[in-house]
Amino acid sequence: MSDSAAPQHDLAEEFSSRTSPMQKIQSTLHRYPYLSPLIVLIAAMIIFTLLNERFLLPNNLSLMTQQTVIVGTLAIAQTLVILTAGIDLSIGAIMVLGQMVMANLAVSAGASNVLPIAGQSPVVAIILGILVAMLAGAVNGFLIVKLSLPPFIVTLGTLSIFTALTLILFKARTIQGPEIPDLLKVMGNAFSIGPFQIMYGVIVMLVLYAIFAYILRSTAWGTHIYAVGDDPQAAELSGINTKRVLFSVYVVSGLIIGIAAWITIGRVGSASPNVAPNINLDTITAVVIGGTSLFGGRGTMIGTLLGALIVTVVENGLALAGLDQAYRVLAIGVLVIAAVALDQWIRRVKS
Amino acid sequence: MTDVQPVLSGHNLVKTFGKVVGLNGANLELYPGEVLAVIGDNGAGKSTLIKCFSGAHIPDSGEMFVGGESVTFKSTQEARQHGVETVFQTLAVSPALDIASNLYLGREVRKPGFVGKVFRTLDKKGMRAASKQHLSDLGIGTVQNITQAVETLSGGQRQAVAVARAAAFGSQVIILDEPTAALGVRESARVLQLVKDLRDRGMPVILISHNMPQVFEVADRIHVQRLGRRAAVITPQTHTMNDAVAIMTGALTVDEADQTLGPVGAAA
Repeated sequence: MSDSAAPQHDLAEEFSSRTSPMQKIQSTLHRYPYLSPLIVLIAAMIIFTLLNERFLLPNNLSLMTQQTVIVGTLAIAQTLVILTAGIDLSIGAIMVLGQMVMANLAVSAGASNVLPIAGQSPVVAIILGILVAMLAGAVNGFLIVKLSLPPFIVTLGTLSIFTALTLILFKARTIQGPEIPDLLKVMGNAFSIGPFQIMYGVIVMLVLYAIFAYILRSTAWGTHIYAVGDDPQAAELSGINTKRVLFSVYVVSGLIIGIAAWITIGRVGSASPNVAPNINLDTITAVVIGGTSLFGGRGTMIGTLLGALIVTVVENGLALAGLDQAYRVLAIGVLVIAAVALDQWIRRVKS
Repeated sequence: MTDVQPVLSGHNLVKTFGKVVGLNGANLELYPGEVLAVIGDNGAGKSTLIKCFSGAHIPDSGEMFVGGESVTFKSTQEARQHGVETVFQTLAVSPALDIASNLYLGREVRKPGFVGKVFRTLDKKGMRAASKQHLSDLGIGTVQNITQAVETLSGGQRQAVAVARAAAFGSQVIILDEPTAALGVRESARVLQLVKDLRDRGMPVILISHNMPQVFEVADRIHVQRLGRRAAVITPQTHTMNDAVAIMTGALTVDEADQTLGPVGAAA
C-alpha cells in the first residue's frame, strides 16, 4: 500500500503546484467531454424557466422530447461519422429516401397514383426501407474508402444524387397519413407516464443512444472508430484495418438513418420528399454542441444527445419567451461557434 | 558458435517507389540477444529496410526470414503475428486514447465467457492491469494513471508507451526507428536504457539512429546502409565513429573479411 502510494503523492504535488484554475477546468473538460454541454443544458433550462414558468410544464417537456427525436436519432449516425473525422451531408437525403421507400411500398395498392410496388406488408416495407438506407450508406462508404475521396465531397454529391433519386423514383408525391398503414406510423404514438406523453420513437432513440454509447466505450470496434478519427496513419500502423472500420461506420450509420426514417413517418404523420430540409446541418449542430470534435477522435454519444436537447431547449425556450424565429436561429449559431471554440481550447490541454 | 541462426534476416531485398530506388539488393541479419544498429545517410534506405520487416512496406523482390521461416508481410498486423514489433518514428499512438487502449490497440482483449462473446465487451480492467504491469516491467514508473490520454503525456513518456507496447507483444524482434530523434538528453538516456533492458531480457533489437554516440553506446553490431544496400557491418570495438561516417559517405570501404557479419564473438 505505502509502496504505491508514495510516488503517486509526489507526482500529485508536482502536478498541483504548476496548475492554474483555468488549466484545471481545461483538463477536467478534456477528461469529461460531455460536461460542457451538460452545464449549458442545465443553465438554459434554468434561464428559460425563470423567463416563462410554462417551460417546465410536463406538456412542454414532452413536446420537447418529440421535437428532438428526428434530429436526435440522425445525430447518432452523424456522431459515428464525425468521430472518424468525416462528415455526412447526405444524412437527410438518405432518411427521405428511406421513408419514401417505406411509404410507397406499404401504401395500399388500391389507392390512386401509387407505384406498381405498392401493397406490401408494412413489415417488409420497413425492412426494405432500412436496407435501402444501409445501401446508401454503403455507397458513401465505398466512394470514401475505395476511391479515397474526402467524405465532405462524396456526401455533398450523394446528397444531390439521393435527393434526385427519391424524386425520380417516387414522382415527388407525398403519401398522406390515412394512406399509410398504422405500423409505419407507430413511432409517433405516445403513452403516458403520469403527466408526461412519451412517444415510442423517443424510447427507440434513447435505446439507440444507449447501444451506441456502449459500443463506443466498450467494444474494439468503438475503440477503432476513435483511433481512425484521431490519427489514421497511427491506427493503420497499429494493425487496425482502417478501411474496413470506415466502411462499416457508413453502413451502420445507414442503419440508424433507416430507423430514423421510420420514426420520422410516425412523428410527421405522412411521408413527403420535402420533410426536414435543414436536417443535415441540424445534426451537425447537435453533434458539435455536444462536444464532439469535427477533427475526429473525440466525442461521446451522451454529448450528442445533450447537444440535440440543447438545440430544442433553446428554440423552444426562446419561442416561449416571445422571441422571433430569427433570434432563435441567431442563438443556435452563437452556440455552435462557442462549442467549437471551446473544443479548440480543450484540445490544447497539457499534462 | 558460428552455426547460430539469425532470428531475422533479409536477402537481396529490392524496394522501389516509382523511379526512386529505396532498396537495391539489401541484406540484413539479426542474431539472438543482440542490439543491431542500422545507420546510414538520409536516403540510404534505413527506414525502407526496416519497414519491410515491420510490414509497412512490401518489398518488390527478395526474401525475408523470421526464426528461420520464410515470411512475406502484407501488413503490420502480419508482422506482429510473427512476433516482430516496431516502434515507428511517428510512434503510431493514438493521442486521444488512454495508455491501456494504446497498448492494446488492434489486439483488444474481450471479457471471458458470454459477455465477451455475445456483447463483445472489452476486458478494460484486465487490459489496464496488464498495461500497468508492462510499464513497470520496463521501469517506467513515471506514468501515474493508466487511463490518462496519451496526448497529456510528455514526449519521453509517449515514447515509453510505444516501447512498452512493442516489448509487451514482441516475441521475436523489436525494431525501433529513430526512437530518440525528438527527445531531450534525459529522455534519450531513458530510452537507451530501455533498449539495454530489452537486450538484457534476451530480446533482439534493431535500432535505427542518426546519433553516432548513442549507436556506439548501445549497439553490439552496426549495420551501415548506403545507396540502398549494406555497405558494411562493424562493431564499436573494431571501428571508430569516424570509420562509420566514412563508410556511410563512401569514403571508406571495408573488405568483407574485416566485417562482423556473424554474431559477435563467433569470429573470435
